[in-house]
Amino acid sequence: MLSDAALLLSAILVNNFVLSQFLGLCPFMGVSNKVETAIGMAVATTFVMTLASACAYFVFHWLLVPLGLEYLKTIFFILVIASVVQLTKMIIEKTSPVLYRVLGVFLPLITSNCAVLGVVLQNTAKDHSFVQSLLWGFGGALGFALVLVLFSSMRERIAAADVPVALQGTAIGMVAASLISLAFMGFAGLV
Amino acid sequence: MYALLISYPLLSALVALGSLSVLFGGVLGFAAVRFRVESNPIVAQLSDLLPQSQCGQCGYPGCANYADAIVSNEEAINKCPPGGQATINAIAELLGIEPPAMDEENVISGPMIAYIDETDCYGCTKCLRACPVDAIIGATKMMHTVIDTDCTGCGLCVDTCSKNCIAMYPVPVTTQNWCWELPEYPVVTSRASNVPC
Repeated sequence: MLSDAALLLSAILVNNFVLSQFLGLCPFMGVSNKVETAIGMAVATTFVMTLASACAYFVFHWLLVPLGLEYLKTIFFILVIASVVQLTKMIIEKTSPVLYRVLGVFLPLITSNCAVLGVVLQNTAKDHSFVQSLLWGFGGALGFALVLVLFSSMRERIAAADVPVALQGTAIGMVAASLISLAFMGFAGLV
Repeated sequence: MYALLISYPLLSALVALGSLSVLFGGVLGFAAVRFRVESNPIVAQLSDLLPQSQCGQCGYPGCANYADAIVSNEEAINKCPPGGQATINAIAELLGIEPPAMDEENVISGPMIAYIDETDCYGCTKCLRACPVDAIIGATKMMHTVIDTDCTGCGLCVDTCSKNCIAMYPVPVTTQNWCWELPEYPVVTSRASNVPC
């Protein structure tokens, strides 16, 4: 139980997907201009990463391992993630129009978020059990959400700041991101 | 079957990927039917008639929401200033009702265009972000200006300006948009159009 909590904490802070493993940088830079869109993206990603971890676990252990097809896991996982995202979009659209209006735009974007593929590939590489896979996926997504919302608040401040001409726009965003990344290095050794 | 698949890795890979794709395709196909959201076809047609600048002057977040409100809440059809009388007439024809006059509360007489007083503008970029049609050019700490031909006159930028230097003016008459004054008959146009002549 303690190790599960440690795993969750490790996924959120120590091995943060964006700042320590540099996965999912594209949505991190792309959707962090406004806090509202960042929150929408964060919630949608959390949902998809957790669900994709569970589905990928079953596909890997029930289909790929018995057939000796572990070397094809990347292609299979892409297939699984794309289908899960599409199915999620349809179900949300039907059951909760309000949630769909908040998440709808971001769901298709998540298909190409490499953090999602990263989390399922790491689950197989680290030989996680089902519960551990879920925790790793959920924790990684929480970490992604935390950093995305933090960073979008920072960028809203940066937009009003006096930035040198050469660094304006994405450049100062990258500089800020690398500084937070350095700050997150401080979590190393926590777990 | 299992022994056959195990002994031919290529075959097992093809069968596994193929069958998983078919399975997911089937699930998604089923879900597309099972979870289909019934949308009223009239809403889509109405939405096509509206200008799609998503300016929100009708009081709804976007053109699609306004179209939905017209159908489901019997909202008045004369609340779209960018569309003007042409849009009202087109909607009235689609719905088979008498075209009402423009809602005076919402309308600013005739098509309008935004104008930025460039001596006051100090480049805060707030109006840039508000413009739904990207008709404002400028950069941080640079003077902004409005591209006349792209501005739909929605007026969303006016309130965002932190120096109150944006105002709405009637579209100036130029050689490009001037046309003969035709005698005014109550003509019902067949489609919404921004072309003045």
